[in-house]
Amino acid sequence: MDTIQLLISGIANGCIYGLIALGFVLIYKASESVNFAQGDMMILGAFLAIALINANQADLPFLLGLAIAGASLGLFAYLLDALLLRRVFGQPQLTMVVLTIALGFVLRFVIGAIWGHDPVGLETPIAGQRLSAGGLTIPVIDAVIIATTVVLVAVLWLFFARTRLGLAMQASSQNQMAAYYMGIPVKRVVSLVWAMSGVVAAIAGVLFAAKGAVEPSAGLVFGIKAFAAAVIGGLGSLPGALAGGLLIGIMEPFAARHLPSHVAQVSPYALMLLVLILRPSGLFAQVRQKKV
Amino acid sequence: MSLLEVADVSLSFGGIRAIDGVSFSVEPGEVFTIVGPNGAGKSSLFNLVSRFYQPADGSMHFDGHDLLACQPHEVIGLGIARTFQNIELFDHATVLDNLLIGRHSRRRTRWFEDVLFLPRVRREERAHRRQVEEVIDFLELAAYRDRMIQGLPYGVRKVVEIAQALVSQPRLLLLDEPAAGLSVEETENMAWWIEDMQKDLGLTIVMVEHDMGLVSQVSDRVLAIAEGRPLAEGTPAEIQAHPEVVRAWLGGVDKA
Repeated sequence: MDTIQLLISGIANGCIYGLIALGFVLIYKASESVNFAQGDMMILGAFLAIALINANQADLPFLLGLAIAGASLGLFAYLLDALLLRRVFGQPQLTMVVLTIALGFVLRFVIGAIWGHDPVGLETPIAGQRLSAGGLTIPVIDAVIIATTVVLVAVLWLFFARTRLGLAMQASSQNQMAAYYMGIPVKRVVSLVWAMSGVVAAIAGVLFAAKGAVEPSAGLVFGIKAFAAAVIGGLGSLPGALAGGLLIGIMEPFAARHLPSHVAQVSPYALMLLVLILRPSGLFAQVRQKKV
Repeated sequence: MSLLEVADVSLSFGGIRAIDGVSFSVEPGEVFTIVGPNGAGKSSLFNLVSRFYQPADGSMHFDGHDLLACQPHEVIGLGIARTFQNIELFDHATVLDNLLIGRHSRRRTRWFEDVLFLPRVRREERAHRRQVEEVIDFLELAAYRDRMIQGLPYGVRKVVEIAQALVSQPRLLLLDEPAAGLSVEETENMAWWIEDMQKDLGLTIVMVEHDMGLVSQVSDRVLAIAEGRPLAEGTPAEIQAHPEVVRAWLGGVDKA
């Protein structure tokens, strides 16, 4: 029973890692670089939602607050790409890596300056509620996290597989030159991918803040762990990102229970190392050797 | 009226004048070829017309539309499709998927209609697929229909790229060195396809090509350029006999 309990809690955590890893992969596919501010964008989303929803703050209705927080993060990420990152387009990948690391520092500082450094939680209508069935007790929030992730991933899948814009995004990530001459406005499409990853980050942040408490610096550790998840899955694969997130999420509570705490803490990175050694392009990447 | 009108265009890279005052016009239904030695500016001229480069001077009009007012991604909507010297395809997708994305500029449905797969979307999708299958038949690609681009022979990829341009139902097709890297036999096939596209589909074709055999066989008119400047314009036979062209190709024959 304990094992199942741990498993469910691990899956719920893993979903949040998976969503952030999804953000990494979206950006990697669109910009061929890594957005190291992804975790901090998630925390920004969480704090925005808290500021909009909590009773001692703006006290908006829950869903309205969520919608505003998600839309704001999407707009923020869109403008970030359109106004700033597009200028370093064509520069070496490292340029964007450094830029997003710096952006992460700025975000952490700004979040701390506005909302302080104390941990806060998001007030939700389901706080503290539990589902009990057959000897299992599951926090409702865990069920909500899992359900939200499933729905979100299904919507994203439909979007990429079916819609004109989704196909345009796939095309742009494979060959920008060809995409241009198929009539796809590649720059705008890339900005829209950023907007999507912003919205996904906000959703992950809200789920995270509803489950526990957030503080401004949480994005750093969380982002790095989610990055490990994305690498484990293979940086270019959306299902891989989710699987990598789940793997790390499930591994953590078991490692914490059965291993000494200092070992448990490095377990996600140990797994990443192992994957990099055994299958360097990730578990889900279609491995191909370049022909010469 | 000419379909494509390029007037006095110039292009510089830093201090180098890649194109220096080139003008030409292409009539509906003809095959117009641009030839010249390496580095003459043929591909640059192509990249100007498809809006990849911004000219320093001059004007370009397609069927009365000012091309300079277009973004690169809007060119195909006017009815101009192109291929690339080095083949630009979606390597990790099948031939069929490459051709379907080639229909992008003709898709009119909205995202929520797409997600719900409404009757209108289904109708459109059927029309797109019919169009794609027609092109597959036309260019005899049926055998490769479901193969990944990545594993295909170079010559086949060259044809797939033309197919991808054709599915957008262009009026003007820009072919950048269609025979580069092809075997003698593949080059002969390419010549037939160019003739078929001109005669059966009524396409206007502008091409850049080195293979003078292919050029003579399919071109109605030829423009020779060298060092970014126009040398001569005329029928393939006239161009091959033109003293300026011979000098530019063979270099300093008169001094010998």
